[in-house]
Amino acid sequence: MSRRNKILLVLFVIFAVMAVRLFSIQIIQKKYRESADNNALKYVTIYPARGRILDRYGNTIVENKITYDIMVTPRQVEEFDTLAICRIFGLDQDFVREKFDYYKANSRKIGFGSMPFLKQVSSEQFNAYAERAFLFPGFDAIARTARVYPVNAGGNLIGYVSEVDRDYIEKHPDYRSGDYAGKTGLERAYESRLSGEKGYTVYYRDANGRIKGHYEDGAADKDAVAGSDITTTIDAQLQAYGETLMRNKVGSVVAIEPSTGEILTLISSPGIDVSQLAEINKYYKEISENPYNPMFNRTVQSAQPPGSVFKLVNGLIGLQEGVLHRETRYPCARGYTNGKVHVGCHGHASPINLPQSIAMSCNAYYCYVLRTILDNKKYANIEESFNKWREYVTSFGFGQKLGSDVPYELGGNVPTVNTYNKLHGKGRWKSLSIISLSIGQGELGCTPLHLANFCATIANRGWFYTPHMIKGDEEHPLDSAYTVKNYPMVEEKYFPLIVEGMNMSVYGDGGTSHVAQVPGVNMCGKTGTAQNPHGDDHSVFICFAPKDNPKIAVAAYIENGGFGATWAAPIASLIVEKYLNGEIADSRKELETRVKNGYLLNKVPVRKRKR
Amino acid sequence: MNRRRNPYRNLDWTLIGCWLALVLFGWINIFSVLHGENHNIFDFSQKYGMHFVWICISLVTAVLIIRVIPAAFWQGISWIAYAGVILLLLATLALGVSSHGSQAWISIGSFRLQPAEFSKITTSLALAALMSKYGFTLKSMPNILKVAGLLLLPMALILLEKETGSVLVYVGFLVVLFREGMSGWILAIGFLIVLEFILTIITSPYIAMVVGLAIFLLVFFFKKEEYILGGLVTVLTCVALAFLPKVLEIESVAAVNPLPAHAWLAIVASAVSVFFILRLIIRYPRKTFERNAFIVLLCGILFVLSVQFFYNKVLQDHQRNRIDVFLGLVDDPKGVGYNLHQSMVAIGSGGFAGKGFMKGTQTSLGYVPEQETDFIFCTIGEEWGYLGALFILALYMAIIFRIIIMADKAKDSFTRIFGYCVAMCIAVHVVINIGMTIGLMPVIGIPLPFLSYGGSALLAFTVMLAIFIKLEFDDRKI
Repeated sequence: MSRRNKILLVLFVIFAVMAVRLFSIQIIQKKYRESADNNALKYVTIYPARGRILDRYGNTIVENKITYDIMVTPRQVEEFDTLAICRIFGLDQDFVREKFDYYKANSRKIGFGSMPFLKQVSSEQFNAYAERAFLFPGFDAIARTARVYPVNAGGNLIGYVSEVDRDYIEKHPDYRSGDYAGKTGLERAYESRLSGEKGYTVYYRDANGRIKGHYEDGAADKDAVAGSDITTTIDAQLQAYGETLMRNKVGSVVAIEPSTGEILTLISSPGIDVSQLAEINKYYKEISENPYNPMFNRTVQSAQPPGSVFKLVNGLIGLQEGVLHRETRYPCARGYTNGKVHVGCHGHASPINLPQSIAMSCNAYYCYVLRTILDNKKYANIEESFNKWREYVTSFGFGQKLGSDVPYELGGNVPTVNTYNKLHGKGRWKSLSIISLSIGQGELGCTPLHLANFCATIANRGWFYTPHMIKGDEEHPLDSAYTVKNYPMVEEKYFPLIVEGMNMSVYGDGGTSHVAQVPGVNMCGKTGTAQNPHGDDHSVFICFAPKDNPKIAVAAYIENGGFGATWAAPIASLIVEKYLNGEIADSRKELETRVKNGYLLNKVPVRKRKR
Repeated sequence: MNRRRNPYRNLDWTLIGCWLALVLFGWINIFSVLHGENHNIFDFSQKYGMHFVWICISLVTAVLIIRVIPAAFWQGISWIAYAGVILLLLATLALGVSSHGSQAWISIGSFRLQPAEFSKITTSLALAALMSKYGFTLKSMPNILKVAGLLLLPMALILLEKETGSVLVYVGFLVVLFREGMSGWILAIGFLIVLEFILTIITSPYIAMVVGLAIFLLVFFFKKEEYILGGLVTVLTCVALAFLPKVLEIESVAAVNPLPAHAWLAIVASAVSVFFILRLIIRYPRKTFERNAFIVLLCGILFVLSVQFFYNKVLQDHQRNRIDVFLGLVDDPKGVGYNLHQSMVAIGSGGFAGKGFMKGTQTSLGYVPEQETDFIFCTIGEEWGYLGALFILALYMAIIFRIIIMADKAKDSFTRIFGYCVAMCIAVHVVINIGMTIGLMPVIGIPLPFLSYGGSALLAFTVMLAIFIKLEFDDRKI
């Protein structure tokens, strides 16, 4: 065979192999044709309506309205009247031009796909568009739902819903670009129940991407399943009332039903206004630039020193440790002095017993109490006694996440032996060095939820349910975390003494909480005035009522509000009054007006927030 | 018409017809891929409009070559052209524009040129000029070195530009050398090299060596017409080498897990094969063939060892990836394999008669990448089906076979050698490109001659073909 023929033969064999291979993939094998079909099917998503959020009485806090997303399939758009589109949707022409420039620039990527042109169009605008839709081929509207808020229940409690971003999709693989999800508050906590299930309609399209028909006559379609409603423990009216009291103040109010641990109100002020909540993206910049940081849910994220309210904790520990009794009396000469250490106090009768010390909020008394706890001879050294003290404190839930269903809850801070070993050096500190803990100052950080939960614990005389916002039902019974009583390390028998003191604080001679007297209600309360390095003292108040068989426990924390009795006590007592009496007594209308009109924002130091 | 007044009646109109068919078919397929909403194929702001301009430029150039430029011009200019393109390649390396990870474009204003495409013409011309000299034979060492240098210089420069695909095309010149008297052993060894390379990567160097040794033994004994002995030695050696590592507990190379009872078999087999191999070594170096055979064997072992080094250390990530995907080591439909998968889906979905002109969903919906250049065959396969694909294969086969047959007949050896070069260039491009789109070849970006979008390639192939038509036309007049 000549070399030419050898070459031709080899070439012929190679070409034959290619022809056989082509025959195999084009004619024999079917999988390639099926893959191509998959490319040619179009899935149109049907978005489910989100579940409603109801309050404890079944009143609606959040519901839906229908809006429309206007979609464009750029390849199918013909010449259209730009001005008409602008008039219908209230746009300017530059917006339309920019959109279409973008489609043109990305036409290869978009292919025959649809792109969102305008989101959340109102039904009025949609109707105006629908009448003339035939003028705009390539435009299309998909029904979606948007949130509506019939009562002002506070943006941080409800939380907002917004389109998922890439980060979210990575963490939640069930979500696709264009889906919405609850990002904060209740919307986030119960996203899985509220969101429902997406459905889809399958169409097939020809080479030009035009929908040719319903694939398999709809047999392959999936209906959307609407999200289920959730019933919360929130009292919508009380929540809304609290929002009006907290207007122009920075701080939180948390109210809990002690017997169940159900959160009645959860107010963080200033918060996101519900009028901005539905279109959070539109207002996001404005909100995030607000110096008072409305996005910050102070109720569970702002850990601050609790002030005198914390005296109750030390009192309880002292009682349990046996170093404190009802009739233990300590003197107070406008404060406590020991060597160089001086803790000031206000003028009041002296010496006083335990209930009086609570009523008058005596600083000196608790300096003695803390020292007797920490210098107790039954402990080998300060570290051991301090650890014991810390164990008591954390058993009330302080210094850790309570495990509520409020998203982004923080644990706050209770110092450890290490804290002081670092601060003073190991073996170089004693009870006197940390004396400010006695009156709730120093290295303590408690969230308003911690304080409300503590107040509920006292109201219950020694136990608490983990606070929560959701009501259980047959389909979704309460998480066991919310149905198990938690017992702090202090026995129940010691609580009535503290309750007596709190009652005296409201009604007794020299009591600091007289402003919290509510007609027809036997109130127990405790003021707090938390010093802080950033301006005026924080005004703190916890209270519960009625004294016997309590129905509500409230913690109010008003930043830079001054004395506990100045702002926190009036606000907390008004909440109690509203909840128990349904209305504010005439004698307290003046107080209510003062609270509502109170403007404290100028007292709050505004630090430039770092981005 | 007066036949005597039309001297071009004897031009090879078959080749010209095939050229025209391919070029026009390519053009409408490029239009089909890229048309979008636009239905004006002469829109010069679009690629398909520009492609028409390139077709016209190529056509004018071809007419010039056939009707104006004398055939002798090409032999005269071959060395200057070769040197010129080498300089261009050097310039590209220095000033070139990067594109798709390779640096192979040179810009003159808005005009971009790919010198590697033209190096095929000039290398063919220079090779033809060198080998057509009177008395040239591939048997002399200086001549072999000259040929090797002539081919390796542009190859090295193109390799430096990271245009791996264009380097592979030079493999085609080996076939030309074979036609001109190079030993067929070199092609066989070339084939062995590829086989060993693949085996080394997909299995292990040890297995590659065993297979290599088996082939060596078979060829060696069969050449000496010792068929039975050869078969026996080969089988025994394979058995011995397969089981021995396990018996000797060399786990790192053990490929087969033998039963314990196989130990005696391994020992007997190795004893027998060692006996025969020793006998061979005692006879060594009496004959050239045997000496060469042992050199090949040693080189083979070195080669297999160096392949691992080359594969792991020298190849770039994307090249290694392509090899892995091609060899089926990595299943990666979203990454490198994406191109191949979508390409095969497009072609496979074409069926027997295709989906029709401009109706291909896969290619026009943008599923296939680079569909107007390297993957233009996908559009043909999808829209024109098996018929269209066969038609294209037939056209290429017609062109290649016709060039080879006519070149072989040429009286002038310059024409013959150049003709073979043209045929092999086209053949290698077609086989690699179409082979790539149907999963027979790794994904290597080289254009499909006359069909792919891209001015440089179209012009280069057209010039090559036109020169051959002219040379062959004049050759017949001698």
